[in-house]
Amino acid sequence: MSTRLILYIAVMAGVTYLVRALPMMVFRKKIKSQLVQSFLYYVPYAVLGAMTVPAVFYATGNMISASVGLAAAFVLAFFGQSLIVVALTASGAAFIAELMIGAAG
Amino acid sequence: MSSTSGCGFSAGLRDGIPIALGYLSVSFGFGIMAVSNGLSVFAAVLISMTNLTSAGQVAGLTVIASNGGMIEMAVAQLVINLRYSLMSLSLSQKLDRHFTWLSRLGTSFGITDEIFAVASGRSGEVSKQYMAGLISLPWVGWSLGTLLGAAAGEILPEKLKAALGIAIYGMFVAIFVPAARKAIGVLVVVITAIAGSCALKYIPLFEDISDGFAIIITTVIAAALGAVFFPVKTEQTEGDEPA
Repeated sequence: MSTRLILYIAVMAGVTYLVRALPMMVFRKKIKSQLVQSFLYYVPYAVLGAMTVPAVFYATGNMISASVGLAAAFVLAFFGQSLIVVALTASGAAFIAELMIGAAG
Repeated sequence: MSSTSGCGFSAGLRDGIPIALGYLSVSFGFGIMAVSNGLSVFAAVLISMTNLTSAGQVAGLTVIASNGGMIEMAVAQLVINLRYSLMSLSLSQKLDRHFTWLSRLGTSFGITDEIFAVASGRSGEVSKQYMAGLISLPWVGWSLGTLLGAAAGEILPEKLKAALGIAIYGMFVAIFVPAARKAIGVLVVVITAIAGSCALKYIPLFEDISDGFAIIITTVIAAALGAVFFPVKTEQTEGDEPA
């Protein structure tokens, strides 16, 4: 492993740990501001949306199979299937699409 | 929420099993993704063992793959994992009186969306033994899944590997789609975030903005928009955010 990679991992782990540990060590009161609470509530959804699109279309190296996988994930998620079911079905659908594209090509 | 009988280490272990199984399959996707981004199996597992978070790790990979700066890495992790601060804060109110300074340091390492959700779903206070048990198996599952995925990533056929690379995005979709369906605020935030990340990627004016900063900028704008126009009640911010 290069020094730079070790440094990357150290920064990732260090910042992530401090974010988790500091409030538990320092604060004993709850955040009162509704604005701050709302912001923190929305952060995960904003992050996941931003990281998923458009990156998901490049996840399989083929936009068609990626779109098929994403569509499968969307439908199952819309109907409330669990994380594992959605993740594995997306992969399965993308795989079948890959095979069909391979057969057609 | 799962069974809440017992309050010791074994009760924690048992409550952690479903989380561990979920992590095992999702981190498999992360392992594959890490290896296909040029990381070694060891580096991939090291990241999972020391970070224990999906979104932050994927963003971290993005920064590493694009050879981004260390400040960029730090800010990305800070913004993306900021929600853990709120969970940490909330969980700090639930710890029983036997929690020492050291056990607080240990417990805080294991705060993830799922672990937080299970811990805060228990009635009354939680013991340090329970928290240690609850964190153990998900941590093993997350690390082991990464190992298997990274190792498999080196031997699996290209098509299968490509298909598995989408698994982690499937998990992301499984988190934000149902939430967006239930709450208009989440829907607006997600659509804004997607529009923002597409704009930063495809509009030539923004081509100097790196992928890591694109996630940061988009997240802050979308979440701030949601907070201003769709403020949520206090109860909503606790315990119903998966992954």
